[in-house]
Amino acid sequence: MKEFFAEFSKDFTQSFIEADRWKLYLKGIGVTLEVTVLALLIGLVIGLFISVVRCLHDQNPSARRNPLLRILNGFCHIYTTVIRGTPMMVQLLIMYFVIFASSRNQIMVAVLAFGINSGAYISEIVRGGIMSVDRGQMEAGRSIGLNYLQTMRYIIIPQALKSVLPSLGNELITLLKETSIVTVIGLRDLTKAAMLIQGKTYQAFMPFIGIALIYLLLVLGLSFIMNRIERRLRVDER
Amino acid sequence: MSAEKRVVIRTEGLEKAFRRIKALKGVDLTIKDGDVVVIIGPSGSGKSTFLRCLNRLEEPTGGKIFFNGEDITSRGSDINRHRQKMGMVFQHFNLFNNMTIMDNLILGPTKLLGLSKAEATERAQKLLDRVGLGDRGANYPSQLSGGQKQRIAIVRALCMEPEVMLFDEPTSALDPEMVGEVLEVMKDLAMNKTTMVVVTHEMGFAREVGERVIFMDDGQIMEEGTPQEIFDNPQCERLKSFLAKVL
Repeated sequence: MKEFFAEFSKDFTQSFIEADRWKLYLKGIGVTLEVTVLALLIGLVIGLFISVVRCLHDQNPSARRNPLLRILNGFCHIYTTVIRGTPMMVQLLIMYFVIFASSRNQIMVAVLAFGINSGAYISEIVRGGIMSVDRGQMEAGRSIGLNYLQTMRYIIIPQALKSVLPSLGNELITLLKETSIVTVIGLRDLTKAAMLIQGKTYQAFMPFIGIALIYLLLVLGLSFIMNRIERRLRVDER
Repeated sequence: MSAEKRVVIRTEGLEKAFRRIKALKGVDLTIKDGDVVVIIGPSGSGKSTFLRCLNRLEEPTGGKIFFNGEDITSRGSDINRHRQKMGMVFQHFNLFNNMTIMDNLILGPTKLLGLSKAEATERAQKLLDRVGLGDRGANYPSQLSGGQKQRIAIVRALCMEPEVMLFDEPTSALDPEMVGEVLEVMKDLAMNKTTMVVVTHEMGFAREVGERVIFMDDGQIMEEGTPQEIFDNPQCERLKSFLAKVL
């Protein structure tokens, strides 16, 4: 038993304390969170835009005659199909080695790749939310003279976002965990930190179990925040 | 006489088809300033469709609608601008669930009429007091009863100071004991010379408050007259059988 603890504490010191290795993990957490949060913001903007375009197209027979809207809607269709139909890692590799081949700004590339990827998923989530808002809400908004986009902005989207918040939280958690594949473009996120340390110490247990726990804690933290937001937004329910 | 009264809405051969089903088969109706027009008829007769066509929530497939003399079915007309002047009250209230009552009421006036928040709030508060819900401004729609919601919905439409109020079966979704409070508000509006078009199943209201009663069936106006003419001396067979069923 004593030997086990001695071994354990030796491994622990080697993997976390020696040569200030904990700093590497900390920096990794920073990168992971930075990519996750920025990608989510980009994803939200893209997702909202696409879902509104698609709903505008699907719900308004008169707007459908507008050629610009039809092109835009077609583009959105292709975008979601391609993004959802190809692996995230392949998208990341294309982004880094093909589209931004001349750039070494890995964080920017990772943020863009993940933002564009989650935008496709978020757009479908938000679209579902918009469709689930009672038709009468749109009619009431239009009946006082608001145009389609005003009604969306003030009435439909706030209600839609509230109802899809659990799904958005899910997307956020998935995003956080998926960012671990940024290691393939050499970005030093949390996973890369563990891999680097394993390469130095030849210890696999401590770094990998360690980051698994860290990921778990991060996810728990995010879930907690999402729950708080959800509860705060529930004021208009009885 | 009614000759000097201004025409607010006039429809000419209004038609609406859903796929192959013709819901409206050419409806001509003139609504003048201060008129209280009540539309009755069996379900599926096209009365709600007709009302919803008036502010183009339903897009007519034929005929014309003139609002203040302007053809609002023409391509160039800005329907959003006209809707500001046509208040609508729905069967299912349709209050904005994400906003407090007060925010429901001031949304239109502040975003569309250019009122300041203070001005809009003052206007809304006066109307809220008038329908007896002056203390409900901070509540959310889910905290109100059906009758209260519908009174708020009426106030929301009134806050835009419309020239005509359209009521689409405003009491049909209410519990029986709440129908009275809503009809009371509508009666009050009618007394104050508000121009109203009311689709309803409340025959008592039609008889008491209506100035003109329209009987619709099969997408057409079958009979039109004063409440006395319609209810006490119906002419066409279908109106007779309809009244026999509902009265």
